[in-house]
Amino acid sequence: MAVKNLIDGVREAMLEEMARDESIVLLGEDVGKRGGVFRASAGLIEAYGDQRVIDAPLGESGIVGVGIGLALNGMRPIAEIQFADFIHPAFNQIVSEAAKFRWRSNDAFHVPMCIRAPFGGGVHGGLYHSQSVEAFFMHVPGLKVVIPSTPADAKGLLKSAIRDDDPVLYFEHKRTYRLVRGEIPDGDYTVPIGKARLVREGKDLSIYAYGLMAYFAEQAADALEKEGISAEVVDLRTLLPLDREAILASVAKTHRALIVHEANRTMGAGAEVAALIAEEALYELDAPIRRLTGPDIPAMPFNTPQEERFMPGPETIAQAARELCAL
Amino acid sequence: MAKTKATPKAASSLSPEDVRRLHRWVLLARTIDERMWVLNRAGKAPFVIPCRGQEAAQVGWGAALRDTDFVVPYYRDLGVALTRGYTARQAFLALLGKEEDVSSGGRQMPGHYSWAAHRVISGSSVVTTQVLHATGIALASRLRGEDDVAAVALGEGSTSQGDFHEALNWASIHKLPVLFVIENNGYAISEPQCKEMAVQDVAERALGYAMAGVTVDGTDLFACYEATYQAAERARRGDGPTLIELKMYRILPHSSDDDDRTYRSREEVEAHKDQDPVEILNRQVVERGLMTAEDIAAVKAELQAEVDEAIAYAEAAPYPSADDMFRHVYAD
Repeated sequence: MAVKNLIDGVREAMLEEMARDESIVLLGEDVGKRGGVFRASAGLIEAYGDQRVIDAPLGESGIVGVGIGLALNGMRPIAEIQFADFIHPAFNQIVSEAAKFRWRSNDAFHVPMCIRAPFGGGVHGGLYHSQSVEAFFMHVPGLKVVIPSTPADAKGLLKSAIRDDDPVLYFEHKRTYRLVRGEIPDGDYTVPIGKARLVREGKDLSIYAYGLMAYFAEQAADALEKEGISAEVVDLRTLLPLDREAILASVAKTHRALIVHEANRTMGAGAEVAALIAEEALYELDAPIRRLTGPDIPAMPFNTPQEERFMPGPETIAQAARELCAL
Repeated sequence: MAKTKATPKAASSLSPEDVRRLHRWVLLARTIDERMWVLNRAGKAPFVIPCRGQEAAQVGWGAALRDTDFVVPYYRDLGVALTRGYTARQAFLALLGKEEDVSSGGRQMPGHYSWAAHRVISGSSVVTTQVLHATGIALASRLRGEDDVAAVALGEGSTSQGDFHEALNWASIHKLPVLFVIENNGYAISEPQCKEMAVQDVAERALGYAMAGVTVDGTDLFACYEATYQAAERARRGDGPTLIELKMYRILPHSSDDDDRTYRSREEVEAHKDQDPVEILNRQVVERGLMTAEDIAAVKAELQAEVDEAIAYAEAAPYPSADDMFRHVYAD
């Protein structure tokens, strides 16, 4: 076992899966010779050639639409969208087509496709290289939405996403790529879709987060511990389907819920988690449910002070936890 | 299910039996289409998307493919579906949303023909998405070294969508074995072709993709068949995709919910009477000495009986249970 970057987990998952299963192909912009603009597919074209690692023309609907066709004809495509911000031209293909094929054909067809996209901000990406788009897809039955927060999960969850028989949106927070380091187990393993990860146990409040925010929540919990506040951190890992049992089990223990995401607040993933707790565990609560999220403004600003203000971080998470525990 | 790699013959080599089979499919499409419209007007069917005027083109391009080729139809392609084994019973089961509907178990609106066992791919009602699916299907066949062709249909209105461009671009870059079949019936609901594009023929656009393009009389079954046959052979040889434009006139409104009197004159519709592909085909088979007027009348009577039986069957068939809608959101 070696300590690696999160992006290494992504790359290793693709490298190993493509060796295991010849029906897996990768298509996307700059994924071949360049190895991806983030280098997530570095070395793949050398290993598997340009027939299986396909530099696609610049058009997201085409990448996903062609991917669907590949999936319908016996392949397992991994479609890379270079930035989640650019996924919207493919929204129709994802929502109208990939998500509905199995259901609308009464199980005659299905689309085993993994759509990977880097998302999130804090990297001076400005409006169109920082967005968090996961909530759009959480609203669509037929899809799965997965977001890793550790290198080990990045590999194990991506392997599960590639092997899944339904379309999976796999969002990788781009700031975690080389910020979050951790051990990646050697050899083949998977992490199941639909299961949250208990990052650390606590008794005073539950912090629910995913992606970069799960990493920050853990740091916040470390700081809170020194102040005598015991925070439990739950990394949701899968937003669709949510791990209802894990969410409810944690709040039943701590009686306080803080939900953190970088995506803007209104109708974000946190709204669904909050609604679940309100519907199923209201009488467990000792304080109102609290959300700490990105603000409801159109996008991430480019300049430093505004970008910093937009992003939740370890300090603001800890502060929100303190306030919640004071209630 | 008959799965054969046998390549269809060129149009000039079709036997009398072959032609009678194609003729029967065209007349069956027309008979089904007429009766669906009647059921709708009688309040027995909520929605119909007619194929009238396009039957010969549909049967022509559908029959020119191998059974193992992939067909990606659009929501008007009853004639194509018939060439892939679809029956009158299936048409009316789908029309009434019954459980036994092979396309979707009654989930989709009628006209969304699909049948996995016969490589007829499920489609949606948002137009043009399917063109990229066909391109990906062809790419998969190519990657595995198989010689199956993917043929996808769309209306000329759909060519305004970006997915049309993306698909043709992909297919031409990779010289994929895919046929883009434009059923140009002159209208996108109310908008005539002059409001949809500046070019005279959709096939002109093939030039921009370094791709073969051909415009064909869509009321001539044999011309549609031959153009498709030739394009499929080219695709199988590795010579890349073809943009095939089949031109005809949409005889009925866009759908049973449309009223075409609000945007086109009765005189215009009347003036296109001579473009009815069924009449044209009936003339062709008589002129070729393959059938007599009596033969045609006998086929018509036979098909009416077949459709009567199919309607009765579909009406008596059960709906899916309400709870069934919760199934197949994901793999079990």
